[in-house]
Amino acid sequence: MSVTTLIKIFIAAMIVDNMVFIRYLGMCPYVGVTGDMDSATGMGFAVIFVTTLATVVTWIVYHYFMTGLEFLEILVFIFTIASLVQLVEIYLKKNVPALYKSLGIYLPLITTNCSILAITFINIDKSYNFVESLLFAFGASGGFAIALIILAGVRERLRFSNVPKFLKGYPIVFISIGLIAVAFLGFKGLIK
Amino acid sequence: MEELWKEFKKGLFLQNPVLILMVGLCSVLAVSTTVENAIGMTLGFSFVLITSELIVSAIRKLIPNHLRIPIFLVAIAGSTTVVDLVMKAYSPTLSKSLGIFIPLIVVNCIVLARVEAFAYKKSILVTLFDALGMSVGYGIAIIALAAVREILGSGTFLGYRVFPQGFKPAGIILLPPGAFIILGIYIAVLRGYIGRKS
Repeated sequence: MSVTTLIKIFIAAMIVDNMVFIRYLGMCPYVGVTGDMDSATGMGFAVIFVTTLATVVTWIVYHYFMTGLEFLEILVFIFTIASLVQLVEIYLKKNVPALYKSLGIYLPLITTNCSILAITFINIDKSYNFVESLLFAFGASGGFAIALIILAGVRERLRFSNVPKFLKGYPIVFISIGLIAVAFLGFKGLIK
Repeated sequence: MEELWKEFKKGLFLQNPVLILMVGLCSVLAVSTTVENAIGMTLGFSFVLITSELIVSAIRKLIPNHLRIPIFLVAIAGSTTVVDLVMKAYSPTLSKSLGIFIPLIVVNCIVLARVEAFAYKKSILVTLFDALGMSVGYGIAIIALAAVREILGSGTFLGYRVFPQGFKPAGIILLPPGAFIILGIYIAVLRGYIGRKS
């Protein structure tokens, strides 16, 4: 394991295989919370935080407590993530009220965010070691946050532009996502 | 009978889970590159939705209110595991091409939303028709998207060649941008149709 492989994993997770534009993950919250910039950044940071934490916990659980029980992966992982989110919510509410105020309302939404469960599955699938999993999780959720912020910016501009009547609302949002995805295709081949 | 038919019909267009309620988009966008994958995904998804709605509806009087979400998750994750293992055993190629999106049915928002909002409150028979309607609605959306993407993107339908030899398929339709833009057009068309009707 050299530093180059680690950097490659990080960049590939964040940009080349972006969660939203290339892997199509986490679409529901992606379309749901990008209405304005504040909620997009809030959701972005909440996802980075929970994904990294969930990766640490699920990696340890999978490699130390689940030998012979691998077929229960789906059940165990969804429960780990759901209870983790609940614990984080209780902890933040009690000890860091300022952070809870900005991230709190996004936390319940995160349990059903498929990008988090997907990242933990991909880590097991590619049999990454602990450091690689951590970097992959951090990079991929960072890529999700970048995607949220880009689309929130685009949607703020869309509000003041002259959109054809039949494309108003969600249709134009999806067409914008498609056009941003074209730009992200340009990163293909950056990492071999 | 009238009421059951109404529960079934609303999932098809008026409350189509994908095109109108905007939930469960990930798998629809991701596996709609061929019609075959889309049909496989619809079957797996329908099994999970129908079994978990029926289980929750059957035991709804025994579930304490504050423990309902973990119990829903057990029902959903259990049936997803069944689908995942059965597909891996009997159809390994399909399982490979659907990849991570079969285990991800467990966090598909449609399933949790229907279980929480419908199955937890209604009787088994009504729930069955709701689940069937929602499954068919999901199938309509994903297969319609896959048909267009397969025909334009690789010039085939279910593996059979549609266009003559000289046709050059538009590869970008198979890539993410094609999926997003075609889904956007579908949403616009369906919303416009419903808006004009009402």
